[in-house]
Amino acid sequence: MDSGFWSGYLWPTIWIVIQIVIVVGPLLGAVAYLTLAERKILGAIQLRQGPMVVGPFGLLQPLADGLKLFVKETIVPAGANRAVFFIAPMLTFLLSLVAWAVIPFGDNMVIANINVGVLYLFAISSLGVYGIIMAGWASNSRYAFLGGLRSAAQMVSYEVSIGFIIISVLLCAGSLNLSEIVRAQEGLWFFIPLFPMFIVFFVSALAETNRAPFDLPEGESEITGGFMVEYSAMTYALFFLGEYANMILMSAFATILFLGGWLPPLSIPPFTWVPGPIWFILKICVVLFVFIWVRGTMPRYRYDQLMRLGWKVFLPFSLGWVIVTAGVLVTFGWLPE
Amino acid sequence: MDAETQIQPYSMNFGPQHPAAHGVLRLVLELDGEVVTRADPHIGLLHRGTEKLIEYRTFLQAVPYFDRLDYVAPMNQEHAYALAVEKLLGITVPERGQYIRVLFSEITRILNHLLNITSYALDVGAITPALWGFEEREVLMEFYERVCGARLHAAYFRPGGVHQDMPAGLADDIWAFTERFPKFVDELADLLTENRIWKQRTVDIGVASKEDAMAWAFTGPMLRASGVPWDLRKAQPYDVYDRMDFDIPIGTTGDCYARYLVRMEEMRESNRIVRQALQEMPKSGPVSTTDHKVSPPKRGEMKRSMEALIHHFKLYTEGYHVPAGEYYGVVEAPKGEFGVFVVADGTNKPYRCRIRAPGFAHMQGMDFLARGHFLADTVAIIGAMDVVFGDIDR
Repeated sequence: MDSGFWSGYLWPTIWIVIQIVIVVGPLLGAVAYLTLAERKILGAIQLRQGPMVVGPFGLLQPLADGLKLFVKETIVPAGANRAVFFIAPMLTFLLSLVAWAVIPFGDNMVIANINVGVLYLFAISSLGVYGIIMAGWASNSRYAFLGGLRSAAQMVSYEVSIGFIIISVLLCAGSLNLSEIVRAQEGLWFFIPLFPMFIVFFVSALAETNRAPFDLPEGESEITGGFMVEYSAMTYALFFLGEYANMILMSAFATILFLGGWLPPLSIPPFTWVPGPIWFILKICVVLFVFIWVRGTMPRYRYDQLMRLGWKVFLPFSLGWVIVTAGVLVTFGWLPE
Repeated sequence: MDAETQIQPYSMNFGPQHPAAHGVLRLVLELDGEVVTRADPHIGLLHRGTEKLIEYRTFLQAVPYFDRLDYVAPMNQEHAYALAVEKLLGITVPERGQYIRVLFSEITRILNHLLNITSYALDVGAITPALWGFEEREVLMEFYERVCGARLHAAYFRPGGVHQDMPAGLADDIWAFTERFPKFVDELADLLTENRIWKQRTVDIGVASKEDAMAWAFTGPMLRASGVPWDLRKAQPYDVYDRMDFDIPIGTTGDCYARYLVRMEEMRESNRIVRQALQEMPKSGPVSTTDHKVSPPKRGEMKRSMEALIHHFKLYTEGYHVPAGEYYGVVEAPKGEFGVFVVADGTNKPYRCRIRAPGFAHMQGMDFLARGHFLADTVAIIGAMDVVFGDIDR
């Protein structure tokens, strides 16, 4: 009886918790150092050095930032709805972590290897908009409200085209399981046959994560920080962590869908000597670098232009590409089992 | 539900604490969704009473107030004041002094346009140009520092000429700068001019037709972008501008993009003028009038000559008396026509000093420029307008 409880309930629970810690711990570290990487890369683009004071080459800067945000006072605006005001950042942060449950870091290295992994990921990233809308509404500030409205429209619009892009990947892979999608790319990564979709996916991912040039919900020079304008200290930090965790998540998603996940570029030594997770992380880093590079180069879209791009360009294009993909696969009998 | 409901427009205070308010603009916006239905600029938050203060200062003491108007283009404003006072005094500036003034007027124009274009880009969301621009501005600021000791509030152009001659080596360094500066402008243009998002954000935004621009008293790049070839450096040349060979870039569309293009071209033209001024400048000679009733004698002379010492003492205590009269000194400042109307009553202080700030006239156009555009476009319009509150509020 005792051993049944142990092997049936307790140990699986402990094991899952250990797995979660193994994923979330490094993830938060990665988020912290992504902020530093962003500042360093932007610095290089802008002819300056970025943080150099805290630690060697500013390597301890994220810790200093974290400490600062942690010890500051959280200010709640007088007219704010306190409950929603506090739930919003928690929700954003939570959702950005929960999604990692289905990400395969290597062969069989995944917390939950579920068969609808893509749908799960899609659902979780769609929920992300709630945190922002709630924040914008609960702050009871006009700028925050505008930011909330903007992000609601933006994230919903780009989700639609991301949906179609994923469908064209699924057609090629023949599975909704993320590990299966990666395995289907052995030999040929999907970004080669589906190259236009890869680009559209990346741009949609920028919009989905509210990154430049689609950072309208934040829009610091228009609506002064948008939905985050009233947030301070740890509540702000949670948004910040959530945003960067989402960036890494979308990069991981792009890697899995198009860049062959943990697979090495060529299935021959010395490439196969490097473990899968390392390849996975390297690919994520490349995608993240482009995220930051774009931020250093592009001005911001305007609200209506963003909507036009989403609905009038990306949606018809990705829809058309689904039909082309399906047509080609059926015609040549290349449909996966 | 037959009762009539009045839907209140969503009104928003854009500024004075706003990153794109360029200082202390308070813009009360009435929004329909994100579309601006009314833009009501409120000014005066930086009012310091400059005009009144000048009435209580001697003619020389008034100079530094002009640095503090449009603090991005200090020397051009001193220039207008110096021209007015010189006219009233009936003195002429030695040739070298005139060349130095033209040289530094154009350096100031580059300084101003660099700041404007890059911060305008920053408002539209491009963060990199701002940092690149500041790198070049830093070099120009150092030229400022070397010639007058200050990086911002120069007090360098004074009635009678300029305060001091340029230090040795400065001309060579400025020349070296002009050699590489066009390449920098090209790089900046690479980042913006053909950038699709930049064009989407600026083309057809805040259009002012030729008639509108003239009716609202727009000047400078705001007027030229609308297609009116009017530049005071050509229309009524002052100092040695009539000897300079340069072109006046003219826009055709009158939108924010045209304003950007005009400023980019003006930087190249200014660079040309700087080079010409350096080449044609007399290599030596006085830089300020030799009439020691107006400009102080050399320090060395004061040690030897009793008369020079008296001049120095009188100049820095009582100042000089300006014969009664009135004159409108005007220059083509980077932002447009900057004029100073000086009324002298024969004493050592101006009786009245009225300042015409270009930004003030541009600010009036805010409502008709922004109406019907998006909130985000308001930011682009303010950026393209090149507002600095020092001169609008005075």
